[in-house]
Amino acid sequence: MQKSIAEIENEIVDDFNLFDEREDKIEYLIDLGKKLPLIDSKYRIDDFLVKGCQSKVWLHAYEKDGEIFFEADSDSVMTKGIIALLVKVLSGQSPTAIINSHLEFITRIELQSFLTSKRSNGLSSMIVKMKAYATAFA
Amino acid sequence: MNESIRAQFPILHQTVNGKPLIYFDNAATSQKPLAVINAIKDYYEQYNSNIHRGAHHLAQLATEKYENARRTVAQHINASEHEINFVRGTTEAVNLVATSYGRKFIKAGDEIIVSEMEHHSNIVPWQMLCEEKGAILRVIPITDSGEIIFEDFLKLLSEKTKIVSIAYISNALGTIHPVKEIIHEAHKVDAVVFIDGAQALPHKKVDVKDLDCDFLGFSGHKVFAGTGIGILYGKEELLEKMNPYMGGGEMIKSVSFAGTTYNDLPYKFEAGTPHIEGGISLGAALIYMNEIGLDKISAYENELLAYGTEKFLEVDGLRIVGTAKTKASVISFLVNNIHPYDLGVLLNEQGIAIRTGHHCCQPLMDRLKIDGTCRASFAFYNTKEEIDATVNALKRAVKILS
Repeated sequence: MQKSIAEIENEIVDDFNLFDEREDKIEYLIDLGKKLPLIDSKYRIDDFLVKGCQSKVWLHAYEKDGEIFFEADSDSVMTKGIIALLVKVLSGQSPTAIINSHLEFITRIELQSFLTSKRSNGLSSMIVKMKAYATAFA
Repeated sequence: MNESIRAQFPILHQTVNGKPLIYFDNAATSQKPLAVINAIKDYYEQYNSNIHRGAHHLAQLATEKYENARRTVAQHINASEHEINFVRGTTEAVNLVATSYGRKFIKAGDEIIVSEMEHHSNIVPWQMLCEEKGAILRVIPITDSGEIIFEDFLKLLSEKTKIVSIAYISNALGTIHPVKEIIHEAHKVDAVVFIDGAQALPHKKVDVKDLDCDFLGFSGHKVFAGTGIGILYGKEELLEKMNPYMGGGEMIKSVSFAGTTYNDLPYKFEAGTPHIEGGISLGAALIYMNEIGLDKISAYENELLAYGTEKFLEVDGLRIVGTAKTKASVISFLVNNIHPYDLGVLLNEQGIAIRTGHHCCQPLMDRLKIDGTCRASFAFYNTKEEIDATVNALKRAVKILS
């Protein structure tokens, strides 16, 4: 059975809490980015770019049995780390769950403190885009 | 250069993320010496007042200090006082010339020349003017090493050329352009030349008479003064021919509904209450730079550039973007296919401030087929030890990101 968004968020918070040092948290985020599966090159085109990100982010979604699955990529490995977290939380959830999610883990792991203000805007753009996909499939 | 200079810059003595701050973002803005900070403080503590108007003591003192600053600027670039117009910065200087000179003298079919590596501020105002007037913007191409192709510039020049506008030094790559030769050639076809001096004034002596430029713009905050103040220098005969840029107080001689007479230079272009403490801070900054010595500053920064270039190249996979023969102390670089932002974040974690991105030069980035670079830019208060620490931090960051 698919875990709920809240359950996955709690897991992420627990993972980040394993690291005391800021730098280790960043390294962990980068590692997540490196491990993010590559997306099909047919989605690495301008049509799938998320607008408002400082680095390039390609996002693609599909629906299967009432659940939404996300695939994404970036030219920045840190951004890929952030994407990996969002995909982990939101991929495989129902459109309603995605639309209603508050993604509190972002503030709980203090993700913003690792990001420049422009990147924070990019993060918001990614979330808006993911919710837009969910709305489209709802 | 030594500790006594660094002691003049209070901001440098702090830690960021637990590490001593290394400030290598001087091309974006420079830090301020005590001489500048105190000049601003003194203004508000001792003689804040509106200038050129009141007959009272404070107004006279403020006016005197502000006009002294104008004189300092004039001497600094070898101009006359009435050719020095206080503006907000280089961007406003370009816009003032594009609007005031451009609207009056540019006609359909005329040509304006810029280079492929200009800052957006030295592209967009000209594009706006061209659009309005039906004029044509011509672009000097550059080499892969980041130098303009002079022969191509010569080919672009014709009797249609009315304005040539080019940076003295590229903010993105540090290239020092042969502006004296460019001005000389442009004058042969009677074009006027605007020099964007934003990146030049912090690093070297700029003499408008020696260059024979028609206009020069620069920003105070890049030459160790406060933000929001800058200079437009223009040759007197050109400024006289131009209409005011903005209407308001200060720029008038007399106002009636039958008509208004404009004030003399430089006040014609200074509508409204000016940025008084900004102007005073600029005077203080230039005095401070001259006390150290511009030649000494240039020589030391060249030493930092040579040292930095050698040391940065020790980082595996690092390539320097912009390898012109003559450069200011700016190193733009990329490491393998690592995204510049990622490097910037990891350097910040180690207390190091650099700039990442397109540096407001998207056409240049398109030409070089990259999205952006990391840029380390040095000032005279930086040290070789800071370069060493940055190289170590870079190696560490590259290891984490690879």
